[in-house]
Parts: sequence; C-alpha cells; structure tokens
Amino acid sequence: MDTYNVNEKGYYGEFGGAYIPEMLYPNVEELRQQYLSIMNEDSFKEEFNQLLKDYVGRPSPLYFAKRLSEKHGAKIYLKREDLNHTGAHKINNTIGQILMAKKLGKKRIIAETGAGQHGVATATVCALMGIDCVVYMGEIDIARQSPNVARMKMLGAEVRPALSGSRTLKDATNEAIRDWINNPVDTHYIIGSAIGPHPYPDMVTRFQSIISEEIKWQLQEKEGRQNPDYVVACIGGGSNAAGTYYHFLDDEKVGIIAVEAAGKGIDSGESAATSVLGKEGIIHGCKTLLMQTPDGQITEPYSISAGLDYPGVGPMHAHLYNSGRGEFFSVTDNDAMKAGLELCKTEGIIPAIESSHALAIFNHKKFNQNDVVVISLSGRGDKDLNTYIDYFDL
Amino acid sequence: MNRISKKLEENKKLLSIYFTAGYPAIEDTVPVIEALQDSGVDMLEIGLPFSDPLADGPTIQASSTQALKNGMTTEKLFQQLKDIRKTVHIPLIIMGYFNPILQYGVEAFCQKCSDIGIDGLIIPDLPVDVYHEQYQAIFEKHGLINVFLITPQTSEARIRFIDSVSNGFIYMVSSASVTGAKSNFGDAQSEYFERIANMNLKAPQIVGFGISNAETFKAATTHAKGAIIGSAFIKMIQEKGIKGIDAFVKGIQ
Repeated sequence: MDTYNVNEKGYYGEFGGAYIPEMLYPNVEELRQQYLSIMNEDSFKEEFNQLLKDYVGRPSPLYFAKRLSEKHGAKIYLKREDLNHTGAHKINNTIGQILMAKKLGKKRIIAETGAGQHGVATATVCALMGIDCVVYMGEIDIARQSPNVARMKMLGAEVRPALSGSRTLKDATNEAIRDWINNPVDTHYIIGSAIGPHPYPDMVTRFQSIISEEIKWQLQEKEGRQNPDYVVACIGGGSNAAGTYYHFLDDEKVGIIAVEAAGKGIDSGESAATSVLGKEGIIHGCKTLLMQTPDGQITEPYSISAGLDYPGVGPMHAHLYNSGRGEFFSVTDNDAMKAGLELCKTEGIIPAIESSHALAIFNHKKFNQNDVVVISLSGRGDKDLNTYIDYFDL
Repeated sequence: MNRISKKLEENKKLLSIYFTAGYPAIEDTVPVIEALQDSGVDMLEIGLPFSDPLADGPTIQASSTQALKNGMTTEKLFQQLKDIRKTVHIPLIIMGYFNPILQYGVEAFCQKCSDIGIDGLIIPDLPVDVYHEQYQAIFEKHGLINVFLITPQTSEARIRFIDSVSNGFIYMVSSASVTGAKSNFGDAQSEYFERIANMNLKAPQIVGFGISNAETFKAATTHAKGAIIGSAFIKMIQEKGIKGIDAFVKGIQ
C-alpha cells in the first residue's frame, strides 16, 4: 500500500531527509536514534497524556458549527485547538519536546519563533519544568509582536533578536540552528513546526497527531463514524495540518485540504503560497518546496498572518501536494479576514488569522449538504486583535 | 593530477584563505584571487554567497548578504572565473551551500567547475551519506575533490567513514561553533588536534574555524597539514581592501 507517512530514511516521497552541516550531525543523529523508543516508553506516554489533559486542557472539543453549516451547506465541525492553554495547537508539540529533552538529559532549550506563538508555548513548558529557555525572534517580528515578547519574558525566557538577513522567522530559525551548533552537548532545539531535518517533521507530527486521534473518537460519538469526508487546515510550516491529517493520511476516502496564505494575491509578489510559488530545494536541513530566486536564494514570503509566512513547507505537505493526495488552495488576506469575521458573527468565536485562512475554504470549494467537514481551528484571535482593529477599522 | 592533491604532497604547512565572491565589491573576485596568489597563499576557497548560511558566524553572513546585494549569482561567478586559469595556478575550491548548486543542477555545476579549472568543492550542508549515495559519481567524473567537515563531536566511526569517502583533505572544524575568528585555542582543541592526528587517516587534515593570526595558525598546524582563515580575512579586507592582503598573509606565515 502507498503510504503518505515518513519512510525509515526520513523521506516523504522525495521530500525530507537531513541536509545538515556536520556540526549538527551528532545532535540530530542522537534524536533520530532515540525519539521513537522514548515516545513509546510507558512513562513518557503517561506523563505526556497527563499534561495534555490537566495542563493543556485536552481533549479539545470537536464542535458542530450549526449556523456556519447552514450558511455553507455542509456539516461543519471545528476542532477547537484555540481552547488549549496558550491559545493554539503549538503547546501539544512543546509539551512533547520538553519531555523528550528531559529524557535526553538536556539542560537548556532553544527555539525560534515568528509571531511568537511557538515562543510562548516553549517558554511556557520551560517554566513548567524549570529549564533555561532562549527564544530567537527576528528583530522585525519583535517590533510587530510586542505582547508575545512580553509574555515570553514574564515566563522567564530570554528573547534574543535575530539581526541577520531579513530579520524574520527564517532568520530566527538560522540563529537557533547556529546556537545549537555552538552548544552541541547540553541543548535541545524545540522546532515549532513540521519542518527541519529528519526526525523533526515526523516527531512534531506525532506530537500533533493527538488532534486527529481525538477527531476520530469524537466524530464516532457525534456522527457514528470515525472518518470525516474532509479535513481542512491552514499551512505555514504545517504542524497543525500535519496533526489534523495524520490518522487519515492513508485513508483515501478522507479528502485532505490544505489552505495556504496567498497574501495580497499569488502574482502580487507578496504571498506565502509555497506550493504554487515554490520549487524543490533545501531549507533548514530539509528538502521540500520553498520560495526562492532562480539562483537558489531563499526569498521572504508575505502574509497578513505572521504564522503563515514561512518560505518553505513541511516535507509531508510537499509530498501531499506533488502526489495529488492533498488538495491545495490559496487564500488572500482579504478572504481570510472576511472568513474570520464571519466566524465571529455566526458562532461567537474569534479565530486566529492563520485559522481564518482555513475557514475561507467555503469561498473556494463547494461541498455537498451531507459532507462532514472538519476544520482545524488552530488558534484563537486574541493575539491578532490589533490586526483585526486596523483591518476593519474597529 | 588534481591541483589540490599535488599541493597536499608539498612538504610544508598550507595556508588556505576563504573569501566571499563579489565582496567587498562585485568585481573584486578576480583581483582578490590574484592578490592572494601573489602574496604566497597555498590554496583558496571562493565563497558562493547564500541568503541563509547557517553554519556561518556574523562576519561571513554579513559579507554574503553584501555580496548578494552587489548582484552576485552563480552564473556571475562562473563568468568572472572563466579565464582564471590564465593567471592563477594555485588550487581553487568553491565553498557554497547546497541549495544554489541544486538549482543550477549538480551535474551542470560540476561540469562548469571542471571547465573553468576549479579543483574542489566544500558544501557544508550536503552530508557525506547523501553525497556518497547520490552525487559522488558525478563529482568524480568531473575530477572534482569534495571536502567534508569533522568536528570535536564527530564519532570515530564516522570520521573513518568520511576518510574513506574523501579524495582530497578533511576539513577539521576546530571547535563546536559556527565560523568566526578567535584569538587562541584552549586545551580542548589541542587534545582534539592530537586525537585526530593519532588516527592516522588517509586524507590529510586542514583546520578551519577560529584561525585568525600567526599564533592560531601555528597551533592548528602543529599536527595538521594546514589551516584555513576566513572571517579574519573578511574583516581585514572590509577595513583595508585589496591593498591590505599582502601584509595580512605575510603576517600569518
């Protein structure tokens, strides 16, 4: 049977692998050799599940959005990752990785962050465990996302500005990688998305796969069936999407829908629609689709949503795109903002702008009345209030 | 015989200099190479700039960013170097990250290097395993030497594997760090240099990262065949320009 999951060499089809400098090899290799056996230890599973339940607040509800369903003519369920502690799916992964770091005997944590959500989720679990935490954040993002910078500081993390290159997420990732090269023994790098060298995309996906695991039994309770007709998620690097798809990857009766950020339009020069605008290449240790110049220099993407403007995409998603298993859409800033406001008014839920991109699917695809469509509501909109205020002139 | 192999047979400690192509100014590439040869450098690494050089410290990052702003591209570098063998006879290595090479096409890139008279490549983010499985045959067909890095954390088994795949020298990273100049080496480095020397590897070792002056050059080459200076050279050329090259090189050897 074809599988859309990772193979033993760390590839999804032709994408993935570990294209890393030798300086990183011992760290990445240690993780590669141990991550699966650690994740399978009973003590690990127990602590992970306990924290997800008591600290994160899982299971997150699978909510039947009645008014939205009536409006768009489908049975729409929202997977409420926005209700997690810290306000997004990111914490599922950071809980898993902090426990992994402890098992590996690491004493110090580093992370990258763009909008600050992953930085906050990392600072949170480091505070929980009493471990030192350094978060790299592009100098430009620090200026744009000051509330999240303050949150990380309150949680005891040190926020270091990335001053190189374009001074945004990709440069923060470069700086975190450089820190890891400089601190090869005591430090664990908590990557925030399903990107990076193998085994990161698979490890992050497995920690996020709790999303689709819960969808299956929750849907069984509500609809008497485990599989929806479609699962829909927004994709930047693609960790919430990877977790939402995971248990449905190889069941082709479940349609997989990915929504990327078109920014101001695919052809505007200000976009983050990697599957359309990207070409195969290497970014942050991973072969995937990425936005670049014809000469192979990585370019800076744009989206109104700071969580979606990554120039690459996780290797799982690159493979879902190339193989045709996933159906990819790109949604502009305007479409996403409208869909976000629509959710506020029809369901009383203010979504993160990332998640609003997934909600805009109904302007791009027509579903049948009886189709069960599960949308990952990956985060809440509190952090985006300023953007909403400016955009709608509230 | 490849110029690198011939140079490695010489009975002396080798000084190799890294510089970023198209820096400080776009047309400086060839004059820098010629001045370095004239000042007595043994071997050169020509840096093909990349937007995201994740193994490099701030000095080389900044020079790469500037070189790209200056308009440097892979094609531009090949154009600049097309007649380089009319005036330059020392070994020339291109050091660059894998993505620009992948976009150019690995086979086409190797062909072009061979046409110009480039002797070898250093691609820090092309791991030895991937090279061995997918690209070694292409490199060797074009007579190119590929250079791999080892670090103080590299296991003995992996060093042996890298040695077996190496057809030139091994690039010995002096410490667990990104590139950048240091003023001296500590005991940990000396132990590491000695440990590697005692392994009696087939490929000679050239030490890089953290070499900046006569003192660090001497310490690095006590056991190794040579040493590479990068960031310290970039800093110098940024301050003094091409006219500073001769004094810099003579101050090392």
